[in-house]
Amino acid sequence: MTFEPKIVGFLCNWCSYTGADLAGTSRIKYSPNIRSIRVMCSGRIEPTFIVKALYEGADGVLIAGCHPGDCHYQEGNYKALRRYRMLRMILPGFGIEPERVRLEWVAASEGERFANVVDEFTDQIRDLGPLKVRDSLERILSEDAIPELEEAMEESGDANEA
Amino acid sequence: MRFRSWKKLWKKAVTPMKLKTGIYWGAGCGGCDVAVLDVHEKILLVAEKMELLFWPIAMDFKYEDVEKMEDGEFDIVMYNGAIRNSENEEIAKLLRKKSKTMVALGACAHLGGLIAMANFHTRESLLNRVYLETESTDNPDSVIPAEKWKKGEEELELPAFHSTVKTLDQVVDVDYYIPGCPPVPDQIVSALVQVWEGKLPGKGSVIGAGERTLCDECPREKEEKSITEFKRPVDAIPEPEKCLLEQGFLCLGPVTREGCGARCIKTNVPCRGCYGPLEEVNDQGLRMLSALASVLEPKEEKAIDELISQLPDPLRTFYRFSAAASILRRKKV
Repeated sequence: MTFEPKIVGFLCNWCSYTGADLAGTSRIKYSPNIRSIRVMCSGRIEPTFIVKALYEGADGVLIAGCHPGDCHYQEGNYKALRRYRMLRMILPGFGIEPERVRLEWVAASEGERFANVVDEFTDQIRDLGPLKVRDSLERILSEDAIPELEEAMEESGDANEA
Repeated sequence: MRFRSWKKLWKKAVTPMKLKTGIYWGAGCGGCDVAVLDVHEKILLVAEKMELLFWPIAMDFKYEDVEKMEDGEFDIVMYNGAIRNSENEEIAKLLRKKSKTMVALGACAHLGGLIAMANFHTRESLLNRVYLETESTDNPDSVIPAEKWKKGEEELELPAFHSTVKTLDQVVDVDYYIPGCPPVPDQIVSALVQVWEGKLPGKGSVIGAGERTLCDECPREKEEKSITEFKRPVDAIPEPEKCLLEQGFLCLGPVTREGCGARCIKTNVPCRGCYGPLEEVNDQGLRMLSALASVLEPKEEKAIDELISQLPDPLRTFYRFSAAASILRRKKV
Protein backbone atom coordinates (compact mmCIF):
# COMPACT_ATOMS: atom_id res chain seq x y z
CA MET A 1 0.00 0.00 0.00
CA THR A 2 1.34 3.42 -0.84
CA PHE A 3 1.90 5.82 1.99
CA GLU A 4 -0.80 8.47 2.30
CA PRO A 5 0.43 11.26 4.55
CA LYS A 6 -1.78 12.72 7.24
CA ILE A 7 -1.55 16.48 7.17
CA VAL A 8 -3.04 18.89 9.66
CA GLY A 9 -3.76 22.35 8.35
CA PHE A 10 -4.23 25.34 10.63
CA LEU A 11 -5.97 27.98 8.53
CA CYS A 12 -6.73 31.52 9.57
CA ASN A 13 -10.36 32.49 9.53
CA TRP A 14 -10.09 35.68 7.49
CA CYS A 15 -7.93 34.73 4.53
CA SER A 16 -6.79 31.14 4.26
CA TYR A 17 -9.89 29.31 5.45
CA THR A 18 -11.94 31.47 3.12
CA GLY A 19 -9.43 30.66 0.38
CA ALA A 20 -9.85 26.95 1.11
CA ASP A 21 -13.60 27.46 1.00
CA LEU A 22 -13.27 29.11 -2.38
CA ALA A 23 -11.25 26.13 -3.64
CA GLY A 24 -14.17 23.97 -2.56
CA THR A 25 -16.96 26.07 -4.04
CA SER A 26 -14.94 26.43 -7.26
CA ARG A 27 -14.76 22.62 -7.37
CA ILE A 28 -10.95 22.60 -7.61
CA LYS A 29 -9.56 19.14 -6.97
CA TYR A 30 -6.74 18.83 -4.48
CA SER A 31 -5.21 16.17 -2.24
CA PRO A 32 -7.61 14.91 0.41
CA ASN A 33 -4.71 14.38 2.86
CA ILE A 34 -5.21 17.68 4.64
CA ARG A 35 -7.41 17.98 7.72
CA SER A 36 -8.23 21.65 8.03
CA ILE A 37 -8.68 23.37 11.36
CA ARG A 38 -9.97 26.91 11.39
CA VAL A 39 -8.35 29.31 13.84
CA MET A 40 -9.08 33.00 14.15
CA CYS A 41 -5.55 34.09 13.22
CA SER A 42 -2.28 32.46 12.24
CA GLY A 43 -0.88 34.31 15.27
CA ARG A 44 -3.07 32.09 17.44
CA ILE A 45 -1.25 28.95 16.37
CA GLU A 46 1.03 28.05 19.19
CA PRO A 47 4.09 25.93 18.47
CA THR A 48 2.59 23.52 21.00
CA PHE A 49 -0.32 22.84 18.61
CA ILE A 50 2.07 21.99 15.81
CA VAL A 51 4.28 19.72 17.88
CA LYS A 52 1.27 18.05 19.49
CA ALA A 53 -0.14 17.34 16.03
CA LEU A 54 3.14 15.75 14.95
CA TYR A 55 3.31 13.74 18.17
CA GLU A 56 -0.27 12.54 17.80
CA GLY A 57 0.32 11.14 14.33
CA ALA A 58 0.40 13.92 11.73
CA ASP A 59 3.15 13.52 9.14
CA GLY A 60 3.14 17.21 8.30
CA VAL A 61 1.58 20.47 9.46
CA LEU A 62 0.54 23.32 7.20
CA ILE A 63 -0.01 26.78 8.61
CA ALA A 64 -1.74 29.29 6.40
CA GLY A 65 -2.42 32.93 7.10
CA CYS A 66 -3.05 36.29 5.45
CA HIS A 67 -0.33 37.83 3.29
CA PRO A 68 2.06 40.21 5.11
CA GLY A 69 0.32 43.51 5.69
CA ASP A 70 -3.13 41.94 5.31
CA CYS A 71 -3.59 40.47 8.80
CA HIS A 72 -7.04 41.16 10.20
CA TYR A 73 -5.35 41.77 13.54
CA GLN A 74 -2.46 43.83 12.09
CA GLU A 75 0.47 41.78 13.43
CA GLY A 76 -0.69 38.18 13.92
CA ASN A 77 0.86 36.78 10.78
CA TYR A 78 4.25 38.30 11.61
CA LYS A 79 4.15 36.49 14.93
CA ALA A 80 3.27 33.31 13.08
CA LEU A 81 6.21 33.80 10.74
CA ARG A 82 8.66 34.35 13.59
CA ARG A 83 7.39 31.33 15.51
CA TYR A 84 7.60 29.24 12.37
CA ARG A 85 11.18 30.25 11.63
CA MET A 86 12.22 29.52 15.19
CA LEU A 87 10.36 26.21 15.39
CA ARG A 88 12.13 25.09 12.22
CA MET A 89 15.40 25.84 13.99
CA ILE A 90 14.73 23.53 16.92
CA LEU A 91 12.87 20.64 15.25
CA PRO A 92 16.08 18.88 14.06
CA GLY A 93 17.11 18.63 17.73
CA PHE A 94 14.11 16.36 18.19
CA GLY A 95 15.04 14.39 15.08
CA ILE A 96 12.20 15.83 13.01
CA GLU A 97 12.77 17.24 9.53
CA PRO A 98 11.88 20.95 9.51
CA GLU A 99 10.29 20.46 6.07
CA ARG A 100 7.39 18.72 7.78
CA VAL A 101 6.13 22.11 8.90
CA ARG A 102 5.27 24.72 6.32
CA LEU A 103 3.91 28.24 6.43
CA GLU A 104 2.13 29.73 3.43
CA TRP A 105 0.24 32.95 2.82
CA VAL A 106 -3.13 32.29 1.21
CA ALA A 107 -5.57 35.14 0.56
CA ALA A 108 -9.35 34.73 0.51
CA SER A 109 -9.32 35.02 -3.28
CA GLU A 110 -6.60 32.40 -3.78
CA GLY A 111 -8.57 29.15 -3.99
CA GLU A 112 -6.38 27.90 -6.79
CA ARG A 113 -3.22 28.71 -4.86
CA PHE A 114 -4.53 26.91 -1.78
CA ALA A 115 -5.13 23.78 -3.83
CA ASN A 116 -1.63 23.98 -5.33
CA VAL A 117 -0.02 24.47 -1.94
CA VAL A 118 -1.80 21.45 -0.50
CA ASP A 119 -0.88 19.26 -3.49
CA GLU A 120 2.72 20.32 -3.40
CA PHE A 121 3.04 19.91 0.36
CA THR A 122 1.38 16.48 0.24
CA ASP A 123 3.93 15.34 -2.36
CA GLN A 124 6.74 16.72 -0.23
CA ILE A 125 5.55 14.82 2.84
CA ARG A 126 4.98 11.69 0.78
CA ASP A 127 8.65 11.86 -0.24
CA LEU A 128 9.73 12.32 3.38
CA GLY A 129 7.75 9.25 4.44
CA PRO A 130 5.82 8.55 7.64
CA LEU A 131 6.93 10.39 10.80
CA LYS A 132 5.72 8.00 13.53
CA VAL A 133 7.33 9.97 16.32
CA ARG A 134 5.23 8.37 19.05
CA ASP A 135 5.98 4.83 17.84
CA SER A 136 9.66 5.63 17.85
CA LEU A 137 9.44 7.01 21.38
CA GLU A 138 7.58 3.95 22.63
CA ARG A 139 10.08 1.65 20.96
CA ILE A 140 13.10 3.29 22.52
CA LEU A 141 11.46 3.52 25.95
CA SER A 142 10.75 -0.20 25.84
CA GLU A 143 14.54 -0.73 25.67
CA ASP A 144 14.74 0.72 29.17
CA ALA A 145 12.30 -1.80 30.66
CA ILE A 146 13.68 -3.75 33.60
CA PRO A 147 12.50 -7.36 33.12
CA GLU A 148 12.88 -8.57 36.74
CA LEU A 149 11.07 -5.50 38.00
CA GLU A 150 8.18 -5.98 35.59
CA GLU A 151 7.90 -9.60 36.67
CA ALA A 152 7.89 -8.63 40.34
CA MET A 153 5.23 -6.00 39.70
CA GLU A 154 3.11 -8.50 37.83
CA GLU A 155 3.46 -11.04 40.62
CA SER A 156 2.44 -8.57 43.28
CA GLY A 157 -0.43 -7.54 41.02
CA ASP A 158 -1.56 -11.18 40.79
CA ALA A 159 -1.30 -11.55 44.56
CA ASN A 160 -3.53 -8.51 45.05
CA GLU A 161 -6.12 -9.88 42.68
CA ALA A 162 -6.12 -13.25 44.44
CA MET B 1 3.85 33.65 46.48
CA ARG B 2 5.84 35.73 48.95
CA PHE B 3 7.71 33.89 51.59
CA ARG B 4 5.56 33.54 54.60
CA SER B 5 7.19 33.94 57.97
CA TRP B 6 8.29 30.47 58.92
CA LYS B 7 8.10 31.29 62.60
CA LYS B 8 4.41 32.04 62.37
CA LEU B 9 3.86 28.94 60.33
CA TRP B 10 5.83 26.95 62.79
CA LYS B 11 3.68 27.91 65.73
CA LYS B 12 0.66 26.70 63.84
CA ALA B 13 2.23 23.44 62.84
CA VAL B 14 1.13 20.92 65.39
CA THR B 15 1.78 17.29 64.63
CA PRO B 16 1.62 14.86 67.50
CA MET B 17 3.92 12.31 65.94
CA LYS B 18 7.12 12.63 64.04
CA LEU B 19 6.74 12.05 60.33
CA LYS B 20 8.71 9.11 59.06
CA THR B 21 10.76 10.60 56.28
CA GLY B 22 13.02 9.40 53.50
CA ILE B 23 15.13 11.50 51.19
CA TYR B 24 16.72 9.89 48.18
CA TRP B 25 18.78 11.03 45.22
CA GLY B 26 18.45 9.55 41.79
CA ALA B 27 20.38 11.04 38.90
CA GLY B 28 21.17 14.41 40.37
CA CYS B 29 24.05 16.47 41.63
CA GLY B 30 23.21 16.43 45.33
CA GLY B 31 22.28 20.10 45.25
CA CYS B 32 18.75 19.34 46.41
CA ASP B 33 20.05 17.43 49.43
CA VAL B 34 22.28 20.38 50.20
CA ALA B 35 19.29 22.71 49.80
CA VAL B 36 17.53 20.69 52.53
CA LEU B 37 20.55 21.26 54.78
CA ASP B 38 20.64 24.91 53.76
CA VAL B 39 17.58 25.66 55.81
CA HIS B 40 20.24 26.40 58.44
CA GLU B 41 18.94 26.53 62.01
CA LYS B 42 15.52 25.45 60.84
CA ILE B 43 17.04 22.02 60.32
CA LEU B 44 16.59 21.60 64.10
CA LEU B 45 12.90 22.15 63.67
CA VAL B 46 12.91 19.69 60.81
CA ALA B 47 14.57 17.16 63.12
CA GLU B 48 11.92 17.86 65.73
CA LYS B 49 9.07 17.11 63.35
CA MET B 50 10.60 14.45 61.19
CA GLU B 51 12.26 11.15 61.80
CA LEU B 52 14.75 10.46 59.05
CA LEU B 53 14.75 6.78 58.23
CA PHE B 54 16.59 6.94 54.92
CA TRP B 55 18.90 9.62 53.53
CA PRO B 56 21.91 8.17 51.71
CA ILE B 57 23.79 11.44 51.25
CA ALA B 58 23.81 12.27 54.96
CA MET B 59 23.43 9.06 56.89
CA ASP B 60 24.40 5.41 56.52
CA PHE B 61 21.44 3.38 55.37
CA LYS B 62 21.22 0.41 53.07
CA TYR B 63 18.59 -0.51 50.52
CA GLU B 64 17.88 -3.63 52.58
CA ASP B 65 16.72 -1.41 55.45
CA VAL B 66 14.06 0.01 53.16
CA GLU B 67 13.11 -3.37 51.75
CA LYS B 68 12.45 -4.62 55.30
CA MET B 69 9.99 -1.82 55.98
CA GLU B 70 6.24 -2.22 55.77
CA ASP B 71 4.46 -0.98 52.69
CA GLY B 72 3.41 2.63 53.20
CA GLU B 73 5.55 3.00 56.33
CA PHE B 74 7.18 6.25 55.23
CA ASP B 75 4.87 9.19 55.76
CA ILE B 76 6.79 11.14 53.18
CA VAL B 77 9.57 10.42 50.73
CA MET B 78 11.31 13.24 48.91
CA TYR B 79 12.97 11.99 45.74
CA ASN B 80 15.41 14.29 44.01
CA GLY B 81 17.22 13.62 40.76
CA ALA B 82 15.94 12.21 37.50
CA ILE B 83 15.64 8.61 36.33
CA ARG B 84 18.81 7.94 34.37
CA ASN B 85 19.52 4.25 35.03
CA SER B 86 17.89 1.06 36.25
CA GLU B 87 18.98 1.69 39.86
CA ASN B 88 17.21 5.07 39.95
CA GLU B 89 14.06 3.42 38.65
CA GLU B 90 14.15 0.41 40.96
CA ILE B 91 14.64 2.52 44.06
CA ALA B 92 11.93 4.95 42.94
CA LYS B 93 9.51 2.03 42.66
CA LEU B 94 10.63 0.59 45.99
CA LEU B 95 10.23 3.92 47.78
CA ARG B 96 6.84 4.50 46.17
CA LYS B 97 5.68 1.17 47.55
CA LYS B 98 6.95 2.01 51.03
CA SER B 99 5.57 5.54 51.25
CA LYS B 100 2.26 7.28 51.78
CA THR B 101 3.31 10.51 50.09
CA MET B 102 5.87 10.78 47.33
CA VAL B 103 7.32 14.21 46.60
CA ALA B 104 9.44 15.04 43.56
CA LEU B 105 12.04 17.44 44.92
CA GLY B 106 13.85 19.73 42.52
CA ALA B 107 13.92 20.26 38.77
CA CYS B 108 15.39 16.86 37.85
CA ALA B 109 12.69 14.80 39.56
CA HIS B 110 10.06 17.32 38.47
CA LEU B 111 11.02 17.90 34.80
CA GLY B 112 14.16 15.91 34.04
CA GLY B 113 16.45 18.82 34.84
CA LEU B 114 19.76 19.68 33.26
CA ILE B 115 20.74 16.07 32.68
CA ALA B 116 17.65 15.53 30.53
CA MET B 117 19.41 17.53 27.81
CA ALA B 118 21.05 14.14 27.17
CA ASN B 119 17.73 13.22 25.55
CA PHE B 120 18.84 15.20 22.51
CA HIS B 121 21.45 12.50 21.95
CA THR B 122 21.44 8.72 21.70
CA ARG B 123 22.82 6.41 24.36
CA GLU B 124 25.61 5.29 22.02
CA SER B 125 26.69 8.81 21.11
CA LEU B 126 26.77 9.77 24.80
CA LEU B 127 28.93 6.81 25.79
CA ASN B 128 31.23 7.31 22.82
CA ARG B 129 31.65 10.98 23.57
CA VAL B 130 32.36 10.48 27.26
CA TYR B 131 34.55 7.38 27.12
CA LEU B 132 36.27 7.71 23.74
CA GLU B 133 36.11 11.11 22.15
CA THR B 134 36.54 13.92 24.67
CA GLU B 135 39.76 15.87 24.33
CA SER B 136 40.88 14.79 27.80
CA THR B 137 40.07 11.09 27.42
CA ASP B 138 42.91 8.62 27.80
CA ASN B 139 41.39 5.25 27.06
CA PRO B 140 43.85 3.26 24.90
CA ASP B 141 41.83 0.03 25.04
CA SER B 142 38.59 1.84 24.18
CA VAL B 143 36.80 0.44 27.21
CA ILE B 144 33.17 1.36 27.62
CA PRO B 145 31.49 0.37 30.91
CA ALA B 146 29.61 -2.90 30.61
CA GLU B 147 26.59 -3.82 32.67
CA LYS B 148 28.18 -7.14 33.63
CA TRP B 149 31.84 -7.91 34.19
CA LYS B 150 33.27 -11.32 34.99
CA LYS B 151 36.73 -12.41 36.01
CA GLY B 152 37.20 -15.94 37.33
CA GLU B 153 34.70 -16.48 40.10
CA GLU B 154 33.87 -12.85 40.51
CA GLU B 155 31.03 -11.13 38.74
CA LEU B 156 30.25 -7.46 39.01
CA GLU B 157 27.12 -5.74 37.89
CA LEU B 158 26.38 -2.12 37.14
CA PRO B 159 22.95 -0.53 36.76
CA ALA B 160 21.74 -0.37 33.15
CA PHE B 161 22.23 3.02 31.52
CA HIS B 162 18.83 3.97 30.09
CA SER B 163 18.32 5.33 26.60
CA THR B 164 16.19 8.20 27.85
CA VAL B 165 16.23 10.40 30.95
CA LYS B 166 12.83 10.35 32.63
CA THR B 167 11.07 12.45 35.20
CA LEU B 168 10.04 10.77 38.43
CA ASP B 169 6.37 10.79 37.46
CA GLN B 170 7.16 8.94 34.26
CA VAL B 171 8.06 5.86 36.32
CA VAL B 172 5.99 6.13 39.52
CA ASP B 173 2.92 7.91 40.80
CA VAL B 174 3.94 11.28 42.30
CA ASP B 175 1.81 13.16 44.84
CA TYR B 176 3.52 16.57 44.96
CA TYR B 177 6.27 18.54 43.27
CA ILE B 178 8.69 21.01 44.82
CA PRO B 179 10.36 22.74 41.86
CA GLY B 180 13.72 24.48 41.50
CA CYS B 181 17.36 23.87 40.75
CA PRO B 182 17.83 23.66 43.60
CA PRO B 183 14.60 24.51 45.43
CA VAL B 184 14.90 27.61 47.60
CA PRO B 185 15.49 26.32 51.16
CA ASP B 186 12.76 28.53 52.63
CA GLN B 187 10.34 27.10 50.10
CA ILE B 188 11.28 23.57 51.15
CA VAL B 189 10.44 24.52 54.72
CA SER B 190 7.16 26.12 53.73
CA ALA B 191 6.26 23.00 51.75
CA LEU B 192 7.15 20.78 54.72
CA VAL B 193 5.03 22.97 56.98
CA GLN B 194 2.14 22.32 54.61
CA VAL B 195 2.77 18.62 55.15
CA TRP B 196 2.83 18.96 58.94
CA GLU B 197 -0.24 21.12 58.98
CA GLY B 198 -2.02 18.64 56.78
CA LYS B 199 -2.90 21.52 54.50
CA LEU B 200 -1.77 20.05 51.26
CA PRO B 201 -3.54 20.97 48.04
CA GLY B 202 -4.90 18.41 45.59
CA LYS B 203 -2.73 15.53 44.48
CA GLY B 204 -0.35 16.37 41.66
CA SER B 205 0.06 19.99 42.75
CA VAL B 206 3.25 21.97 42.77
CA ILE B 207 4.00 23.05 46.34
CA GLY B 208 6.58 25.50 47.63
CA ALA B 209 6.08 27.87 44.69
CA GLY B 210 3.57 30.39 43.38
CA GLU B 211 0.86 30.34 40.74
CA ARG B 212 2.02 33.22 38.53
CA THR B 213 5.02 33.72 36.28
CA LEU B 214 8.37 34.96 37.47
CA CYS B 215 7.69 38.24 35.62
CA ASP B 216 4.97 38.94 38.19
CA GLU B 217 7.51 38.60 40.96
CA CYS B 218 10.38 40.30 39.12
CA PRO B 219 11.21 43.75 40.50
CA ARG B 220 12.55 45.16 37.21
CA GLU B 221 10.85 47.82 35.15
CA LYS B 222 9.01 46.51 32.14
CA GLU B 223 7.94 48.39 29.05
CA GLU B 224 6.92 47.44 25.54
CA LYS B 225 9.16 44.64 24.31
CA SER B 226 10.71 44.76 20.86
CA ILE B 227 13.93 42.82 20.58
CA THR B 228 16.41 43.81 17.88
CA GLU B 229 19.50 41.95 19.08
CA PHE B 230 20.45 39.18 21.46
CA LYS B 231 23.18 39.47 24.04
CA ARG B 232 24.70 37.03 26.49
CA PRO B 233 25.84 37.95 29.98
CA VAL B 234 29.43 37.41 28.78
CA ASP B 235 28.98 40.10 26.11
CA ALA B 236 27.67 42.94 28.24
CA ILE B 237 26.61 43.77 31.77
CA PRO B 238 22.84 44.17 31.93
CA GLU B 239 21.32 47.34 33.32
CA PRO B 240 20.12 46.36 36.78
CA GLU B 241 16.72 48.10 36.76
CA LYS B 242 15.41 47.22 33.32
CA CYS B 243 13.73 44.04 32.06
CA LEU B 244 16.45 41.67 30.85
CA LEU B 245 14.45 40.48 27.87
CA GLU B 246 13.95 44.06 26.68
CA GLN B 247 17.74 44.46 26.81
CA GLY B 248 18.18 41.38 24.62
CA PHE B 249 19.23 38.92 27.31
CA LEU B 250 17.30 35.69 26.91
CA CYS B 251 15.32 35.36 30.14
CA LEU B 252 12.83 32.54 30.69
CA GLY B 253 10.83 34.56 33.22
CA PRO B 254 7.68 34.77 31.07
CA VAL B 255 7.27 30.98 31.05
CA THR B 256 8.58 30.11 34.49
CA ARG B 257 6.73 29.71 37.75
CA GLU B 258 7.41 32.26 40.46
CA GLY B 259 8.50 31.21 43.93
CA CYS B 260 12.28 31.48 43.86
CA GLY B 261 12.22 35.12 44.98
CA ALA B 262 13.74 36.10 41.62
CA ARG B 263 17.13 35.07 42.97
CA CYS B 264 18.94 35.06 39.63
CA ILE B 265 17.27 38.25 38.40
CA LYS B 266 18.38 40.08 41.54
CA THR B 267 22.00 39.17 40.82
CA ASN B 268 21.61 40.47 37.25
CA VAL B 269 21.43 37.03 35.69
CA PRO B 270 18.55 36.05 33.37
CA CYS B 271 16.13 33.35 34.47
CA ARG B 272 16.92 29.89 33.17
CA GLY B 273 13.53 28.42 33.92
CA CYS B 274 14.33 25.97 36.72
CA TYR B 275 10.98 26.43 38.49
CA GLY B 276 9.28 24.94 35.47
CA PRO B 277 6.13 25.84 33.61
CA LEU B 278 2.86 27.08 35.05
CA GLU B 279 -0.18 24.90 35.58
CA GLU B 280 -1.82 23.86 32.27
CA VAL B 281 1.38 24.40 30.28
CA ASN B 282 2.67 21.10 29.01
CA ASP B 283 5.77 22.22 27.17
CA GLN B 284 7.85 25.00 28.70
CA GLY B 285 10.34 25.16 25.83
CA LEU B 286 7.73 25.64 23.13
CA ARG B 287 5.95 28.19 25.29
CA MET B 288 9.18 30.17 25.54
CA LEU B 289 9.72 29.92 21.81
CA SER B 290 6.23 31.25 21.29
CA ALA B 291 6.62 34.09 23.78
CA LEU B 292 10.01 35.11 22.46
CA ALA B 293 8.93 35.05 18.81
CA SER B 294 6.05 37.36 19.61
CA VAL B 295 8.33 40.12 20.95
CA LEU B 296 10.96 40.17 18.21
CA GLU B 297 11.13 43.31 16.10
CA PRO B 298 11.76 42.09 12.52
CA LYS B 299 8.88 41.17 10.21
CA GLU B 300 10.70 39.80 7.21
CA GLU B 301 12.01 36.30 6.89
CA LYS B 302 15.61 37.27 6.23
CA ALA B 303 15.83 39.72 9.12
CA ILE B 304 14.10 37.23 11.43
CA ASP B 305 16.56 34.48 10.51
CA GLU B 306 19.47 36.83 11.04
CA LEU B 307 18.24 37.77 14.49
CA ILE B 308 17.38 34.27 15.69
CA SER B 309 20.70 32.93 14.41
CA GLN B 310 22.27 35.03 17.20
CA LEU B 311 20.55 32.83 19.77
CA PRO B 312 23.14 30.58 21.35
CA ASP B 313 21.77 27.02 21.23
CA PRO B 314 18.06 27.88 21.35
CA LEU B 315 16.95 24.26 21.79
CA ARG B 316 18.88 23.70 25.01
CA THR B 317 18.18 27.20 26.24
CA PHE B 318 14.43 26.75 25.94
CA TYR B 319 14.58 23.21 27.32
CA ARG B 320 17.36 23.72 29.85
CA PHE B 321 15.42 21.99 32.61
CA SER B 322 12.35 20.52 30.96
CA ALA B 323 13.44 18.32 28.05
CA ALA B 324 12.24 15.08 29.65
CA ALA B 325 8.86 16.63 30.45
CA SER B 326 8.33 18.05 26.96
CA ILE B 327 5.78 16.67 24.51
CA LEU B 328 8.36 14.91 22.35
CA ARG B 329 10.58 13.95 25.31
CA ARG B 330 13.66 13.08 23.28
CA LYS B 331 15.36 13.07 19.90
CA LYS B 332 13.65 10.70 17.52
CA VAL B 333 15.80 7.73 16.51
